[in-house]
Amino acid sequence: MKILVGIKRVVDFNVRIQVKKDGSGVETAGAKQSINPFDEIALEEALRIREKGVQAEVVAVSIGPSDVQQQLRTALAMGADRAILVETADAVQPLLAAKVFLELIQRESADLVILGKQAIDDDCNQTGQMLAALWDRPQATFASKVELKDKTLQVTREVDAGLEVIDVDLPAVVTTDLRLNTPRFVKMPDIMKAKSKPLATLKLAELGIAAVPALEAVSYAAPAPRKGGHKVESVQALIKELHDRGVLS
Amino acid sequence: MSKILVIAEHDGEKLNSSTARAVSCALAIGGDIDVAVFAADGKAVCTAAAKLKGVKKVLRVARPENGKPLAAVLAPQVAKLAAGYSHVLAPSTTFGKDLLPRAAALLAAPQVSDVMKVVDPLSFERPIYAGNAIVTVKAPAQPCVVATVRTASWAACGEGGSAEVADASTDATLPSHSRYVELKQDKTDRPDLQSAVRVVSGGRGVGSKENFAIVYKLADKLGAAVGASRAAVDAGFVPNDLQVGQTGKIIAPELYVAVGISGAIQHITGIKDARTIVAINRDPDAPIFQVADLGLVGDLFQILPELEAELDKR
Repeated sequence: MKILVGIKRVVDFNVRIQVKKDGSGVETAGAKQSINPFDEIALEEALRIREKGVQAEVVAVSIGPSDVQQQLRTALAMGADRAILVETADAVQPLLAAKVFLELIQRESADLVILGKQAIDDDCNQTGQMLAALWDRPQATFASKVELKDKTLQVTREVDAGLEVIDVDLPAVVTTDLRLNTPRFVKMPDIMKAKSKPLATLKLAELGIAAVPALEAVSYAAPAPRKGGHKVESVQALIKELHDRGVLS
Repeated sequence: MSKILVIAEHDGEKLNSSTARAVSCALAIGGDIDVAVFAADGKAVCTAAAKLKGVKKVLRVARPENGKPLAAVLAPQVAKLAAGYSHVLAPSTTFGKDLLPRAAALLAAPQVSDVMKVVDPLSFERPIYAGNAIVTVKAPAQPCVVATVRTASWAACGEGGSAEVADASTDATLPSHSRYVELKQDKTDRPDLQSAVRVVSGGRGVGSKENFAIVYKLADKLGAAVGASRAAVDAGFVPNDLQVGQTGKIIAPELYVAVGISGAIQHITGIKDARTIVAINRDPDAPIFQVADLGLVGDLFQILPELEAELDKR
């Protein structure tokens, strides 16, 4: 089987981002860039499926500027067999990203697509669901457990009410939640080996995807800070204040 | 004028409170508001939805396949039902997050996720970078505006309405490639962390899995859900689904009690919409005190039993 995994380059989760003074965007220049954490989990899951003895080719796919090659090399070092970069200098919103993935699915005849449930920059949580709709195939979002059973997947999903289990036929789209797995660390010899793995580059403009409607970002702002309160001296004082505020009634 | 369709979340019998929050967002947009209930039967849910203030009509889309919330089954029906509406909204719960982007793609519309504020009927504020920045986005009017509503940002709309309930159906073809198996729920009487009115969370300061009993005890006394910081989860004190914060659950209870939590930015992100935050920590300089409404410095193993004893007196 062929598994496509989405790899998005994002500002590292440890970086505290700042909104630009003129409100035109978020300051990302010079900030450390990494693979979106949910995408690392997606890749790890694909590798584990292959390591369980399933004949599978794992293809890491990214959409973005040429710098993204760095994250794709990391994905190859983790164990992806090859990588495809769909190059564009423009920001890509989920509906367009879904169309790009659909085009690659058709070119590659993919059986399974694993994506992060959301990217930690735009926090949209849309691409996997949109892709599944356009592909007219099942979606298993927010996965915390994936079991391959012949031509179907049994997926445990993290939902607000608990853990939901669904069965989906392949081909399908899975999006990952945090509890699915813990991604492996990349070892030095693997980094060397990854340099010779194939990384193909396609231009987004050459994929023949028609323009899609998009949201316009009007302005950016820092969130309003929460006003701090004060310290109390005792448990009795705490309870009295909570009562006075009507919180304990 | 806007014509807004709100997709109700429910469990087959009860309307989920997130629906009333999504209706509040629809009220801020302004216009006619209809609520769609997809269910196997859904009569009780429709009766509850009809009482929501500002709702004009409740559409009951009843068919056996709608008995379980499978996005692949519901999305084609949502897309068909959306004809004639300027806006389609759903709560930004796991239900809405799963369903609405699939419907948006079928409508060939982009989606606005996690609406915090309505600027005008096409412009919305939403959080990015885990709430560390807010972006104002403008959605195209065509084909329609599709948006999920960040429940923590909106109070439930009141009751007092008396909307008409009408049966509706669509000619959508439903797939058979996705099958619901089961829902596993913790057998607990404690409220659900995501929607609880009160939450008590423990952090690294609690010290161990065994010590967490003290947090559960206080939570039970308050009728609260239990949460935890990422540090407590990573240390193995509690399971991951209790994690509150950027990569866990983002919550907005009436009362949030942070016990032995220092207040890393990623944790604060998950609680900053709580109405009242109480922090109990040994370190007077812990960052949690900068956002807490009420802080108490001291040893949690002394303070928590005292607190329980004091609550018993009242």
